[in-house]
Amino acid sequence: MAKVLVVTSGKGGVGKTTSTAALGATLAQMGQKVVVVDFDVGLRNLDLVLGAERRVVFDFINVVQGIANLSQALIRDKRLDNLWLLPASQTRDKDALTEEGVSKIIAELRTRFDWIVCDSPAGIERGATLAMRYADEAVIITNPEVSSVRDSDRIIGMLDSKTVKAEQGGRVEKHLLITRFDAARAARGEMLNIDDVLEILGIPLLGIIPESQDVLRASNVGSPVTLNDASSAPARAYVDAARRLIGETVPMIVPAPRKGLMDRLLGRRAA
Amino acid sequence: MGVVARPIRQPVRMRGRSYVAFVFSPVVPIIEWLEEIDATLAQSPGFFVGKPVVLDLSAVDLSQSAIAQLVESLQQRNIRILGIEGVDGDRLSPVMPPLLVGGRRCMLAKNEPKKAEARSKPTSLLLDSQVRSGQSIVFPDGDVTVVGSVSSGAEIVAGGSIHIYGTLRGRAMAGINGNSTARIYCQKIEAELLAIDGYYRTAEEIDANLCDRPSQVWLDGNVVQITPLN
Repeated sequence: MAKVLVVTSGKGGVGKTTSTAALGATLAQMGQKVVVVDFDVGLRNLDLVLGAERRVVFDFINVVQGIANLSQALIRDKRLDNLWLLPASQTRDKDALTEEGVSKIIAELRTRFDWIVCDSPAGIERGATLAMRYADEAVIITNPEVSSVRDSDRIIGMLDSKTVKAEQGGRVEKHLLITRFDAARAARGEMLNIDDVLEILGIPLLGIIPESQDVLRASNVGSPVTLNDASSAPARAYVDAARRLIGETVPMIVPAPRKGLMDRLLGRRAA
Repeated sequence: MGVVARPIRQPVRMRGRSYVAFVFSPVVPIIEWLEEIDATLAQSPGFFVGKPVVLDLSAVDLSQSAIAQLVESLQQRNIRILGIEGVDGDRLSPVMPPLLVGGRRCMLAKNEPKKAEARSKPTSLLLDSQVRSGQSIVFPDGDVTVVGSVSSGAEIVAGGSIHIYGTLRGRAMAGINGNSTARIYCQKIEAELLAIDGYYRTAEEIDANLCDRPSQVWLDGNVVQITPLN
């Protein structure tokens, strides 16, 4: 049965689009039929991260308005046969999204795909609420710092009240994905540590993605980090997270602080 | 001579209808009887308002002026007389209520005051899950209990006390309707704001030593006090 997964956070710049691309690509590599849907109307980025920006003809809003049908708007990934993208419109804004339009498209996507991964825009307004509206599951992206954690908390509250599932008395299954985690800085107390974040948010942990240059490098070449360099630390962490998402049990590895050359030479320890 | 078209006359239709009326049967002495009416009115002032009342004078023998006085004194009590029975027609003057005959006894449907609403309003509110940032729980009717934490950016507003079985990281306002005996209890206190009956304390003014243990917040005069539990 198709699952609608929303990748959301409240705060901007925490890694929603990167995570959508990485999780979508990994699920597709596992043999699932996946569509990633960009809900960030007016500020679309998912096409860039997937390297599909030069193939966009029709978009989400065109389909809602009936200018194009869904098959015309869906873009198949060049590297993975199972991965598709439904791009957002760059020339419109979030007001172009309507609840009926989103409902219709999600319903149609459900008949064609195993996973519908919705990349939510930042904020708690129309775009974000419609991205989560029809979700069955949610991945909440949080950076280990207080403002991101508080915004995620707000989003969790909305997932529990503003989604169709919640209104029908059900519960959207929630997963916490901590991104941009820097073990050394957390050990020095410059960042919240994992336990603090988990205690505040109180939802199960899906994975911890370490802060890495690999993420930026991958998005610059238009590739999900898991495809660009599968052996990199963030790629491995995303693969583990995707495996947990489809129900596999994978041990959680909390990144340990790596000592720099100077630390090692001077015998310094992280305090 | 012209013919004038006359509208066809509709026969006047008469209909009979019966009503249920209260019957007053005054007894001598009339003064005391009126005092009893006054006592009834004192208990429920609106009891006879808008209800038809008939005066049955068969138990007393009153002159025309006495009847006039009785009707007058009832009117002063806001009781309007619909008709009079049990008396000779010639004792009534044209300004008095008309004579009624042929009344029959009937049971009056007892108009008991409706019982206070069977289900009284609940005086406490129980929340079974964490209160998230941005959520505002307002319950002016009594206590609020939260089984879980209250996040930073969330607020609980209660008319009574607030009980939090978790960490309080948001705002808690107890006793908002002027209840200075309301208190706030929590397992861990990292609150942004604590208030009881309008007196408040912000996060900056909360002693960091109190953070990691169960505490209660109460009002001492007009100072919000925080003391650890146990």
